[in-house]
Amino acid sequence: MLSLETITNNVHDWLNSHVSNTWATIIEMVIVGLLVIGLFAILGLILVLMERKVSAFMQIRVGPNRVGFKGSLQTLADTLKLVLKEGLTPKGADKFLFNLAPYIVMCAAMLILAPIAFANNFQIWDINIGVLYISSISSISVIGILMAGWASNNKYSLLGAMRSGAQIVSYELSAGFSVLCIVILTGSLKISDIINAQQNGWFIFKGHIPAIISFIIFIIAVTAETNRAPFDLAEAESELTAGFHTEYSGMKFALFFLAEYVNIFVVCAIGAILFFGGWMPLHIGNWHGFNHIMDYIPSSLWFMLKVFGLIFLIMWFRWTFPRLRVDQLLNLEWKYLLPLSLVNLLLMTIVAIMGWYF
Amino acid sequence: MFLKKYISEIWRAVKSLLKGMKLTGYYFTHHKEIITQNYPEVKQPLPERFRGEVVLIHDENNEHACTGCTACELACPNGTIKIITKFDVSAEGKKKKALDTFVYHLELCTMCNLCIEACPTSAIKMAQNFEHSVFNRNDLTKKLNKPGSKIREGVE
Repeated sequence: MLSLETITNNVHDWLNSHVSNTWATIIEMVIVGLLVIGLFAILGLILVLMERKVSAFMQIRVGPNRVGFKGSLQTLADTLKLVLKEGLTPKGADKFLFNLAPYIVMCAAMLILAPIAFANNFQIWDINIGVLYISSISSISVIGILMAGWASNNKYSLLGAMRSGAQIVSYELSAGFSVLCIVILTGSLKISDIINAQQNGWFIFKGHIPAIISFIIFIIAVTAETNRAPFDLAEAESELTAGFHTEYSGMKFALFFLAEYVNIFVVCAIGAILFFGGWMPLHIGNWHGFNHIMDYIPSSLWFMLKVFGLIFLIMWFRWTFPRLRVDQLLNLEWKYLLPLSLVNLLLMTIVAIMGWYF
Repeated sequence: MFLKKYISEIWRAVKSLLKGMKLTGYYFTHHKEIITQNYPEVKQPLPERFRGEVVLIHDENNEHACTGCTACELACPNGTIKIITKFDVSAEGKKKKALDTFVYHLELCTMCNLCIEACPTSAIKMAQNFEHSVFNRNDLTKKLNKPGSKIREGVE
């Protein structure tokens, strides 16, 4: 059967038989880099279109419906427009930091893709501290945001960046605790181990109550970390025009925009790996016939299905809930989510020690 | 007691959030609820009293009812209308004031309807057309009386 695993293995064997090992590794790295950039471009186009369509239908509108079939080329046209626009650097801005910031945000988003398993044995880098790596890299993007806000020489940008900093630092805690709950169940930080442990059932079912609570906390925390409504205080159109990217235009703005959407994809992919078994098909206990049918669906399709399900959930949040105030935002984290996730961690530890999970 | 309040607060918050999500989820799955119309393809009938632009009413003989009295020009609060008059000489050799050009500056008009109310012979009215975009600003200055048109018999 043709799968992504066999394709990568064939490429690897072919390269090793034709050039030396060093060159084969270098060529593979270049191919992977190109694939990641390609994935970014495609994800940006698809997710922006999806967001606009979903928001339109939720607000009883039609949404983009002119360019291409039912508006399917709308985002391509938008990108073309952004490429043609002037990338303005304001007078009085710190030119070096101002121009560097979008690339740092972008690189942080790209780095997190490394340990994510897109399909069975299809992973860029199966590092043994995968989960730790993800949670540490995901906090780098706040540096880029702070840099953008500070270098812009604009009060709105600075306020937005500061809000974003406070928000990401606070919500990283509960996101980390909810990830820890799954690490307790698995006993490993390696992504492939976590996925393989979900062979006979996803963790959201296996870990029952504590897993469900930690999933809810995780989805709230990552919504805040990606600066999306109802936690979009960093941008807050009605208060800060556009927050930290007020002064950006053209392609530099597009990079921030793209990084935002890729971050959504990445956090949803992590959520899918930790709670919904990554590429693992849906298996129910001893129903061998059912399990067998589910195995026929390719693993990459399973992964994308779960990730896009979670992305839809996050979009659903965005277009339903009103934005929180800054004090409400911090109250929610420090008074509600953090105590809840600490208690939940304890509960999960008890469940894991007593073996109450299936 | 404190704990009870804390938990009931969380419960009420979650309930109201789910209520909102239920509504947006309903709209997402029921596309027949969509209230926007695809404008150039679907044109909604406009209300009868909609004011789009001022027109001078011409009948089938290319005759209008404007006597050139300039009541509309005087009534207009922002100088939208300019009436240029001429003198018609009748068969008996009598001079009579008549309309030469009815100049209408659409770009200045606020559709206030004062000119229509001021007109003693009901020669002008508000039309429904609202698609006024042009590439050249000068195109917005219009001449309302059609070429070769003249005043209807009997209108004083």
